[in-house]
Amino acid sequence: MGILDSKVPSGPLAEKWTKHKNKINLVNPANKRNIDIIVVGTGLAGGSAAATLAELGYNVKTFCYQDSPRRAHSIAAQGGINAAKNYQGDGDSAYRLFYDTIKGGDYRSREANVHRLAEESANIIDQCVAQGVPFARDYGGLLDNRSFGGVLVSRTFYAKGQTGQQLLLGAYSAMNRQINRGKIKPYNRHEMMDMVLVDGKARGIIARNLVTGEIERHSAHAVVLATGGYGNVFFLSTNAMGSNVMAAWRAHRRGAFFANPCFTQIHPTCIPVSGDHQSKLTLMSESLRNDGRIWVPKRIEDAQAIREGKLKPTQLKEEDRDYYLERRYPAFGNLVPRDVASRAAKERCDAGFGVNKTGEAVYLDFASAVQRYGKEEALTRGMKNGDSKTITQLGKDIIEAKYGNLFQMYEKIVDENPYETPMMIYPAVHYTMGGLWVDYNLQTTIEGCYCAGEANFSDHGANRLGASALMQGLADGYFVLPYTIGDYLSNDIRTGAISTDSPEFEYAEKEVKDRINKLMSAKGQHSVDYYHKKLGKIMWDKCGMARNAQGLEEAIVEISALRADFWENVKIPGGTDGMNAELEKAGRVADFLELGELFAKDALTRQESCGGHFREEYQTEEGEALRDDENFKFVSAWEYKGEPKDAVLHKEDLVYENIELKTRSYK
Amino acid sequence: MKLNLKIWRQKDANTKGEMVDYTINGVEGDMSFLEMLDVLNEDLINKGKEPVQFDHDCREGICGSCSLQINGEPHGPDRLVTTCQLHMRKFNDGDTIVIEPFRATAFPVIKDLVVDRTAFDRIQQAGGYISVNTSGNTVDANATPIEKDKADDSFYAATCIGCGACVAACKNASAMLFTSAKVSQFALLPQGRVEATERVENMVRQMDLEGFGNCTNTGACEVECPKGISLENIARMNREYLSATVKG
Repeated sequence: MGILDSKVPSGPLAEKWTKHKNKINLVNPANKRNIDIIVVGTGLAGGSAAATLAELGYNVKTFCYQDSPRRAHSIAAQGGINAAKNYQGDGDSAYRLFYDTIKGGDYRSREANVHRLAEESANIIDQCVAQGVPFARDYGGLLDNRSFGGVLVSRTFYAKGQTGQQLLLGAYSAMNRQINRGKIKPYNRHEMMDMVLVDGKARGIIARNLVTGEIERHSAHAVVLATGGYGNVFFLSTNAMGSNVMAAWRAHRRGAFFANPCFTQIHPTCIPVSGDHQSKLTLMSESLRNDGRIWVPKRIEDAQAIREGKLKPTQLKEEDRDYYLERRYPAFGNLVPRDVASRAAKERCDAGFGVNKTGEAVYLDFASAVQRYGKEEALTRGMKNGDSKTITQLGKDIIEAKYGNLFQMYEKIVDENPYETPMMIYPAVHYTMGGLWVDYNLQTTIEGCYCAGEANFSDHGANRLGASALMQGLADGYFVLPYTIGDYLSNDIRTGAISTDSPEFEYAEKEVKDRINKLMSAKGQHSVDYYHKKLGKIMWDKCGMARNAQGLEEAIVEISALRADFWENVKIPGGTDGMNAELEKAGRVADFLELGELFAKDALTRQESCGGHFREEYQTEEGEALRDDENFKFVSAWEYKGEPKDAVLHKEDLVYENIELKTRSYK
Repeated sequence: MKLNLKIWRQKDANTKGEMVDYTINGVEGDMSFLEMLDVLNEDLINKGKEPVQFDHDCREGICGSCSLQINGEPHGPDRLVTTCQLHMRKFNDGDTIVIEPFRATAFPVIKDLVVDRTAFDRIQQAGGYISVNTSGNTVDANATPIEKDKADDSFYAATCIGCGACVAACKNASAMLFTSAKVSQFALLPQGRVEATERVENMVRQMDLEGFGNCTNTGACEVECPKGISLENIARMNREYLSATVKG
């Protein structure tokens, strides 16, 4: 295995984390006051880590490019957060959550990390309720749950369609408490431009003040990156416009290995693209698949008539509809995992059954749920023979109470009423399972550089289950990283403050300034978006829901050429001092142009299909992903060596001691 | 659609700004308002001019980054949407649209349409939290049942996205709706009652220090709020504040 040591503790799976916590070194409270930690990113992982680290006594500096920590993109997570509470008494347990996550990830994640996540999950809910997070409750005043894809229990806690918002505001409020105490110093509208290593250890960052344009040096004893995923490499995704890979990529260039870049989640239920002007895609929460049924017309003529506007979906009889997920996967039906649902939608649309103008949409229909809820409600209100109008209205009211904000969002964007006509949806890039390689302690291959949340690779394998991103972000930030980092920092109690006057800081700052000047002095032919859109198209066409060797080889060549063109010809108006959104975007796109190539290279190397990584050459006769455990049961961790084409592959073999590797089946 | 835009341009906080006229062609109804501005900016960049700077991020109406006073209304003419979810189908060919930053003393302009809303952060820092450690050693989440109605009201108050439309809509530039939403979220929950007195005092004090105006019950904030935060929250905060003052 060479230089990759996962540092997974020995002993039985269920005891590893407790044992590890008991054994690792601690820093005494008086010494914590002398130790500084930088946290980049203030989403669920970064915000919660910053709050807990500050509360433990460390001096924390947080950085985010937004104007407030509260605006990090965790805020947009809709559906919910998983926790093995078993409040519903449906047989849930930490083991089941662990098992579902490993299986959902198509056996490409680390057992010990995932088990720890499952163990900590229940704690998160307790913690958040204590912080005043207003989760949904039932009439008895207790917490309500719902179900998400790829599982057979109801373990998802939620706050309508705004769960991410409520959890992030919880973490933000915990941060505010520490800011008020002076233990966190927030640097908002700041972007990390590079990481500074002193004697091989992460000792600080170079950041750009996005208001004044100033390049600043910030030192610390450790640096935590919690900067989210890199889905925007596809240009169109459900990520925020500013979401980027810069911090992780800068760390990668300084020695942090980048793991499984090709593991990307394409979410099945997003609002379809409406035109060339599209700047981002909007998710419709997976929770909708609890009640919505996905279908396309059975007959291709009907699909065509719908596309031409000659037929309405509501006119199509029940027997003329193909509920293809229920047909193909009777056991899980509409609640199959995301990768499976996305591929099935693509398969139907590629076969000509798509239902919008571009032929790239399927229906998500609530009509039967409206009737079901309506009848139930009518009965509980004592109406034995309610008329159909009343029942429909009662049903709509229930749907509104459950998903009101999502329906409203859909109506504003698409200009159609989803209570009356089925929603149209199509898969879109949503989440990246890949990220910086970390060991059990969440430390990257750079000493003192830690990585948490979506930015690391550790817990979701090749496909993430719904409502697990929030769980991982908060578990990492509240309950894992604040303790594991102490083990490392216990060696730093005598180090004293890290100076920013060292040659290392000077050199890193100069490199950052040179890079900005180089960007500004390009010849100026095309805007940054021009390049970003081109990159996105290559990624979507050749590294998207289905990939093959030829396409990936082409992608590598095309991205490399596009990168060269970018550095030669990008056009950035304005100056470097002061606010300049085009300059910010240019720096981010420059890194996407490197990451994109490594992504394709990783996808080409992985000659198997697993989870979200679907290689057309490797599929079963029924079109399901065909894994190759003999040759590819490893994490690919790439070492930076200059150009992405020169990156060196290191493999961390995944050891399964507790779970038997099986072909994933949701039938 | 062809549109005439009048946009506030301001180089930086210390330079005087002005309205500048632009014409834009080929606007489609399916575009969001910000996508329309993207098209304008792409055009400006290609002409070698500086694009219009505006705050935006999630573009799905939840992060609260986007702002803009559009034809005199925060987030434009549509109800219950942020600017990023306002679509151009709400406008007609040939319309003139006036686009300004949110105006308030407590929200100084940084550049063009970008304003500084960190005053909101400071109000939250003054008390917008429950003082519980995040180490996880708390009671089971179901140990304290909470009436569904109260939990729901707390949730609705908590859906505030902190965009500042309430301040921009108010003739006094008051931040009462914003502050009261946070006060209410906690005041309605048993977990938040413990510190209720101090919280409301500290948050109101900070709100006043930031230079926001007073509330004169006009209700424009509620009308323009993209999340429909209710005026009831202001009434609740006033009660909380009064009772805190009486307690001393």
